[in-house]
Amino acid sequence: MSEAMHAHVEAATGHGVHHDEHNGHGHHHQSFVSKYVFSMDHKTIGKQFLITGIVWAIIGGLFSVLFRLQLGYPGQTFPILETFFGHWAEGGIIKPEFYYALVTMHGTVLVFFVLTAGLSGTFANFLIPLQIGARDMASPFINMLSYWFFFLASVVMLASMFVQTGPASGGWTMYPPLSALGQANDGSKIGADLWLISMALFIVSSLLGGLNYISTILNMRTKGMSMTRLPLTIWALFFTAVLGVLSFPVLLSGAVLLLFDRNLGTSFFLSDIVVNGEILPNEGGSAILYQHLFWFLGHPEVYIILLPAMGMVSEIMSVNSRKPIFGYMAMLGSLFAIAILAFLVWAHHMFVTGLNPFLGSVFVLLTLLIAVPSAIKVFNWLTTLWRGNIRFTPGMLFAIGFVSLFISGGLTGIFLGNSTIDIHLHDTMFVVAHFHIVMGVASMFGMFAGIYHWFPKMFGRYLNTTLAYLHFWVTLIGAYLIFWPMHYQGLAGIPRRYLDKSGWHSFNQFGDLDKMITVVSVVVFAVQLMFVFNFFYSIFKGRKVTSTNPWGATTLEWTTPINPGHGNWEGEIPEVHRWAYDYAKDGRDFIPQTEPIGNNESAH
Amino acid sequence: MQTFFIIAILTLGFLVTFQIAKASEYVAVLRGEERSRKQSNKINGFMMLIFLIVGLIGVFYCNEKLKGKILGAADSDHGVYIDRMLYITLALTGFVFFLTQIALFLFAYKYQESDKRKAYYFPHNNKLELIWTVIPAITLTILVGFGIFYWFRITGDAPSNSMVVEVTGSQFKWEFRYPGKDGVLGKKYFKEINDAKSNPLGQIWDDPNNHDDVYATGELHLVVNKPVKMVIGAKDVIHDVGLPHFRMKMDAVPGTPTTMWFTPTKTTKEKRIETGDPEFVYEISCDQMCGKGHYSMRGTIVVETQEEFDAWMASQKPQYVRAFPEKDPSAKPVADTLKPVAQLAPAMTTGGSH
Repeated sequence: MSEAMHAHVEAATGHGVHHDEHNGHGHHHQSFVSKYVFSMDHKTIGKQFLITGIVWAIIGGLFSVLFRLQLGYPGQTFPILETFFGHWAEGGIIKPEFYYALVTMHGTVLVFFVLTAGLSGTFANFLIPLQIGARDMASPFINMLSYWFFFLASVVMLASMFVQTGPASGGWTMYPPLSALGQANDGSKIGADLWLISMALFIVSSLLGGLNYISTILNMRTKGMSMTRLPLTIWALFFTAVLGVLSFPVLLSGAVLLLFDRNLGTSFFLSDIVVNGEILPNEGGSAILYQHLFWFLGHPEVYIILLPAMGMVSEIMSVNSRKPIFGYMAMLGSLFAIAILAFLVWAHHMFVTGLNPFLGSVFVLLTLLIAVPSAIKVFNWLTTLWRGNIRFTPGMLFAIGFVSLFISGGLTGIFLGNSTIDIHLHDTMFVVAHFHIVMGVASMFGMFAGIYHWFPKMFGRYLNTTLAYLHFWVTLIGAYLIFWPMHYQGLAGIPRRYLDKSGWHSFNQFGDLDKMITVVSVVVFAVQLMFVFNFFYSIFKGRKVTSTNPWGATTLEWTTPINPGHGNWEGEIPEVHRWAYDYAKDGRDFIPQTEPIGNNESAH
Repeated sequence: MQTFFIIAILTLGFLVTFQIAKASEYVAVLRGEERSRKQSNKINGFMMLIFLIVGLIGVFYCNEKLKGKILGAADSDHGVYIDRMLYITLALTGFVFFLTQIALFLFAYKYQESDKRKAYYFPHNNKLELIWTVIPAITLTILVGFGIFYWFRITGDAPSNSMVVEVTGSQFKWEFRYPGKDGVLGKKYFKEINDAKSNPLGQIWDDPNNHDDVYATGELHLVVNKPVKMVIGAKDVIHDVGLPHFRMKMDAVPGTPTTMWFTPTKTTKEKRIETGDPEFVYEISCDQMCGKGHYSMRGTIVVETQEEFDAWMASQKPQYVRAFPEKDPSAKPVADTLKPVAQLAPAMTTGGSH
């Protein structure tokens, strides 16, 4: 039985997994297509996710710059917009329909395509086999499918931006009835169907990937790599995958039911509706049901985005402080606690939907509980820095930035998670500021940290460090300039998604602030483009890596050749003898995981 | 043209930066990578300190500049609770914010790489970890306790002396219905909605409770210091009744009525004097994305004394009378009484079946 399976894996993947005989030299005859396009090498698939994610990040980021132009300069004309967007920006002014399409696509693209696929897709693929000591994923073929389903989802989403009535524009959460009724919103015509189909494909991709990550981590660790010797990156990616596998199917059910309501005349989410004078026949549905289905994914999704960043930050921070991560077991336990609680807090997005107040109070308790493991993580990161010998590599800078942003955005979460305060702040700019700092920018920082840290392993070259420093400082300062004052707009009660506040008496006092935020976001976006340039330039022309272990790290990926082939290690996969964080132990700078425990070594 | 210049300047700036970055990399390689790495390490370490100091000043500057622009004291009883909860949370989180951010950037600065120091092997310490598990847990218990206490007060049943008003959202306007003298809102059914027949809310006319209900749009009248219970609904998509000055908010969901109650504590006139703004007005914002006009879905509220409210109410005609002018008791009796009965008939059958 096991031999048959073995043979099957070999046939499917085209490379041997016999650890003993493998020598890493058997793959010189791959065609361009099988090496770079339909590749089954986890490293190439990781890079495919990363590059697709970067392309989406540019699109999603550009959208935010466009709608910031409207927010900062309402009423002003930008003729260049008409040149590019035609009737969507007639006379150089962004139309409300266009504005809402931009906002919706910005959210969808950044949350799902960049920070889910681009972040965990990239690093789960790239790091899991390398850090646990495996030649590839459990199923390289399914892994390849995972990327191509993501690619298909991308194509459908991109196509939706070019249809006559525009892409989905009911907000990234796509609440029905707005998203169900074409009569109520142009974006809810064909655009919404395409959005739902794209998300369905995306969910398939995410599930294929997630199952693979879980089975790889559980089954394919090298000799000696017990679960508690895994680097925290792997633990974080493991919990991320579990969250995705358990919650994405619920969103799929929501998306499918919404497709039914839209196209088959069902009434899952629709009831008592008169739209533009037209009385609809639907009765008995519940619009709130969709919100439960959405947020049952939607909240774990926040942690799907955040956990990989936490894991990578833990790893990078330890390496560059030249110190073990403080409280490995506590870090692991808090990851576990966050993963469990992630499933039990979804209704805190729904405190003002008419939810039963008692139910609301339960969700307050569970939501604020998350602050405990989060606090443990923050204090442990701080203690990791304490009495370290810190090297400010670009990866390390972004890791420190991540912690700062995670603190700032996490603390404002304590306001919103408390239903009493949420009544006032719900759906205001305070929420926008909160989740952009804690989930958006912080996770972006985790992703940048990961890219800067593992770029040498991915491409055998370094990114330009001067540009990296500039990238870090401008982005950190910019992020705070954009989102910190935005909290005050929320405290003033300004609702989200208001593209022009001039008609209001209460909301019209922040003109200068809005201008400042817009200018800063243009600068920050320009610096991100500079990073993208640095990324692609350095792939081909960057300074070459000359040693296999440039950061002096203990983990297994740095025992592979500078440019590892398919199969990762030439010869045998190394055996692991210790945990991943023996830095500064017994007077030694670091001890690789592959080194056997010495006779006189102190226990930790 | 301006756009062109901006793009040209950005491109130029980028090219210059890139050339400098490339050159500095060559210089680094020439001078020895280790040496230049250590030099930039010092610069970044120093920047950590600068960022901390400037950042803290920035936090205070931002607060000075913007604190006057947020809402003043709450104008409802519930708003007072919500503000108090907000300030309790602000005090606690503010303390943690300064503590952790200062520690983060100060540690980064202080423990930057130095040849003189060796990193300290410190993998775990159960006592420390216990401390920073228990303290946040206690703090959060306090916040949860206060929060739930206020939450139940706010979401509990409205007092029996509350006035009732129905608020209905639709793209992109607010409509209101007062129950009239009987204090009871008549039944309605969405299939009865017919603007042409003066029935914008779908009232079922054979329910006598509907006969004195007053309909209004755009402006809502409330009585100061009298609790108001809002019965909230929507016709087309989800909206949200946002009342920033009263700190209240509740979704308006088609098919699922919701409620909220509060007591306004200041009249519009008092508020105008207090703010020194003769144009001050309480506004209702839509806080749930509802389509292209979401940002302009505005209503207003007049808070007035009971006498003013009664006088205003006396000037309003029930919607029933508007739909059937001949039923107006203040108008002359109409000879032909058959016509309204014929009009009523279909409404009665539909209403009866529900």
